[in-house]
Amino acid sequence: MPAPIRLRELIRTIRTARTQAEEREMIQKECAAIRSSFREEDNTYRCRNVAKLLYMHMLGYPAHFGQLECLKLIASQKFTDKRIGYLGAMLLLDERQDVHLLMTNCIKNDLNHSTQYVQGLALCTLGCMGSSEMCRDLAGEVEKLLKTSNSYLRKKAALCAVHVIRKVPELMEMFLPATKNLLSEKNHGVLHTSVVLLTEMCERSPDMLAHFRKLVPQLVRILKNLIMSGYSPEHDVSGISDPFLQVRILRLLRILGKSDDDSSEAMNDILAQVATNTETSKNVGNAILYETVLTIMDIKSESGLRVLAINILGRFLLNNDKNIRYVALTSLLKTVQTDHNAVQRHRSTIVDCLKDLDVSIKRRAMELSFALVNGNNIRGMMKELLYFLDSCDPEFKADCASGVFLAAEKYAPSKRWHIDTIMRVLTTAGSYVRDDSVPNLIQLITNSVEMHAYTVQRLYKALLDDISQQPLVQVASWCIGEYGDLLVSGQCEEEEPIQVTEDEVLDVLEGLLVSNLSTPVTRGYALTAIMKLSTRFSSVNRIKKVVSIYGSSIDVELQQRAVEYNALFKKYDHMRPALLERMPIMEKTATNGPTEIVQTNGETEPSVVEAKHPPPVTQPANQANDLLDLLGGNDVVPVIQTTMPTKPASAGGELLDLLGDLSLSGIPPMTAYSKNGLKIDFTFERANPNPNIAVITIHASNSTEADMTDFVFQAAVPKTFQLQLLSPSSNVVPALNQGTVTQVIRVLNLQKQQLRMRIKLTYTHKGSPVQDLAEVNNFPPQSWHAHPSLGLIG
Amino acid sequence: MNSAHRQGKLRLQKWYTATAERDKKKMVRELMQTVLARKPKMCSFLEWRDLKIVYKRYASLYFCCAIEEQDNELITLEVIHRFVELLDKYFGSVCELDIIFNFEKAYFILDEFLMGGEIQDTSKKSVLKAIEQADLLQEVTWTPGVTSM
Repeated sequence: MPAPIRLRELIRTIRTARTQAEEREMIQKECAAIRSSFREEDNTYRCRNVAKLLYMHMLGYPAHFGQLECLKLIASQKFTDKRIGYLGAMLLLDERQDVHLLMTNCIKNDLNHSTQYVQGLALCTLGCMGSSEMCRDLAGEVEKLLKTSNSYLRKKAALCAVHVIRKVPELMEMFLPATKNLLSEKNHGVLHTSVVLLTEMCERSPDMLAHFRKLVPQLVRILKNLIMSGYSPEHDVSGISDPFLQVRILRLLRILGKSDDDSSEAMNDILAQVATNTETSKNVGNAILYETVLTIMDIKSESGLRVLAINILGRFLLNNDKNIRYVALTSLLKTVQTDHNAVQRHRSTIVDCLKDLDVSIKRRAMELSFALVNGNNIRGMMKELLYFLDSCDPEFKADCASGVFLAAEKYAPSKRWHIDTIMRVLTTAGSYVRDDSVPNLIQLITNSVEMHAYTVQRLYKALLDDISQQPLVQVASWCIGEYGDLLVSGQCEEEEPIQVTEDEVLDVLEGLLVSNLSTPVTRGYALTAIMKLSTRFSSVNRIKKVVSIYGSSIDVELQQRAVEYNALFKKYDHMRPALLERMPIMEKTATNGPTEIVQTNGETEPSVVEAKHPPPVTQPANQANDLLDLLGGNDVVPVIQTTMPTKPASAGGELLDLLGDLSLSGIPPMTAYSKNGLKIDFTFERANPNPNIAVITIHASNSTEADMTDFVFQAAVPKTFQLQLLSPSSNVVPALNQGTVTQVIRVLNLQKQQLRMRIKLTYTHKGSPVQDLAEVNNFPPQSWHAHPSLGLIG
Repeated sequence: MNSAHRQGKLRLQKWYTATAERDKKKMVRELMQTVLARKPKMCSFLEWRDLKIVYKRYASLYFCCAIEEQDNELITLEVIHRFVELLDKYFGSVCELDIIFNFEKAYFILDEFLMGGEIQDTSKKSVLKAIEQADLLQEVTWTPGVTSM
């Protein structure tokens, strides 16, 4: 039998194949030869054959018949065989294979082999892909090797131990004694792998973490030596001494320093040193700085250090290297909650990143920009964000639009600005706006009573330009239906009123009905709008005609509406005005988060309503006792019983209370903290659509005679919860209850456990700093029971 | 951590978590498509499933590493660079063909440099020396008559 062809020969041959089919043929031929060679138990060439098989496996061809051969190679005494055998094992014999366990004995023997390179192979294989059973069987051997003085083996044993612990965490204890003097090693390989091992242990076990805290001084010393020592050619990377080890140590310090004051203090100096002395011209230096920043932010560092860290990130943002900019944005996003003010200083740089070419950077910049929006910068920020919305990729538009709406709602300086912003979004990114935005916008518009004329005029003009963006069209139709009378009477105060006749308006609405661009939902809106105008316009006959035409529409929804509206004209004409009267101010549901007083610049509006209170009347309303006396669109009528704007009551002969229950989550507010004149109340809402998220608004008030400045509220929850703290309305709690600071907390409570929270308050009062910690345990039971809230407009 | 691949052809791959063959193929395909679609001006990181992918292009080869959320992307770039340097030193100005024809050696180097996704030794000299010694050992233990793979 001729010798099997050599590996390189095979590779060369296969690469000459011009088609997939040709390649497949060659592979099959060679596989057949290899298979018969295996059958003959040829020891000499087994190694070569397996190597060829591994090559073919890498090309994507099956190689399972080589598994047992790998085992034979591992068992062989020849180093060549073992080398290929173990490689094959790592590629073909992962723990999902039946024969995986057969390796155990060989590995055990090889771990005790006289040649360190054989031992190394065994450690490597075990450490890369050993199964839990294998790890259990061989942990003792690994532990032994961890104590050897041979640094080549010791470093490998350390990483192997890491794998064992990952697979079988209970075995962690047995490695503890061997870790005693790992850090006194001079060899960088051992040092590096030891730090990895210690990190793994500390991450997995709080006891280990406590135990290893005492290593902090030693770690600090090692790090210091690395920085201060002169050039060491063996470990130098672009002028920095062993950056890999530095980064690993920084990471371990992070874990040890987290929530521990003493450890954090012990590492303050070295962190400052690394932060200021590291060369930043190359990626290596920045990698170390990055890790340093992460550590500073996570431990209990003093504020000066934190500011230093954020400034480093700020400098990163200006770096030419986009990778650096990217990690900066990511890190800033993580810290924006806790160090909001420090991050604000870099706002303009962040906003510039919106114009970056890289998608990932743009996304980060967008998220961060939204996090930085507050009452003071809303106008400027919104300009940038709207510009971004205009020009960004479609994948961003939906999120950006939602973000704009949210920010506008929270911080709009005036109603007019708010409406304008909404209009801008609808006209530029109207088709990307989320479906649930439409009812929210409608609600917003309804509640901005004095802007109705302006709003409907602007929407009407937008419709004349473009009817393709459905959300815009829907909102516009709804508004025209509600406020069409204002439109034709030219009542707009905010800008030049346009001259529009009833017929022109009806033309536009009818146009929507017939257009191909309109979706069925939009058509529904349009039809209802036309119907509503029958009580606001005088061209009732035209409307009647339109409505009756659609009574035989193919679209079932339209047909139903038309038929019912027809019925309104015919049998229930006396009810029509009442049914189609102006919508009252709606109570806000939990869809948009917390209710807040809209911050204005001199234009104060007690805008959105609090839960459970009846809607206030902001205009001198005609208290119409007689429901029928409402033709001609008077303003808001405080009618508690409302009707759905899209579907009137079906035949029943009386006004039905369709939406009786407008109650919200019905969770009572509570006082979370009251001490030294500072009182903090919590109010609750549930976020729709996710009922597992509780939205808590804190209201901090101050009954003493001096202001509380630099007020910072922080909160922590048990591990089964997740918490997100949004930015506060301000840092000053004015004295004598003259105002409140509000802040929103969102808590995700997937396991529906009882909500508990620990809060930390810091502020300056009469010149001295005050700090207090408290537990909040008196959450009402409803705050963690999930039930869906009711939507308002269908 | 996965390693090198070219315009659609995989040259090396190293998995540190047990994954079904089928899933591996799927992931590699997906990853390749995503990475190859990246334009030169874009940054070296991307989010993929719940991992971060760090990639760097050297001539015709893309080297990709999948790391976890809490890992440092910038140092991973250095890890990739170190690996390429090792290959370069070993093969003497490495090119793609070297890796194709000597894939098993490339694996040996990788396995001497990383274990379970972590660096074994931060000294280039140390890693290369170990490989050298192992190669010598291999020379010595060939079966008479057979001189190479």
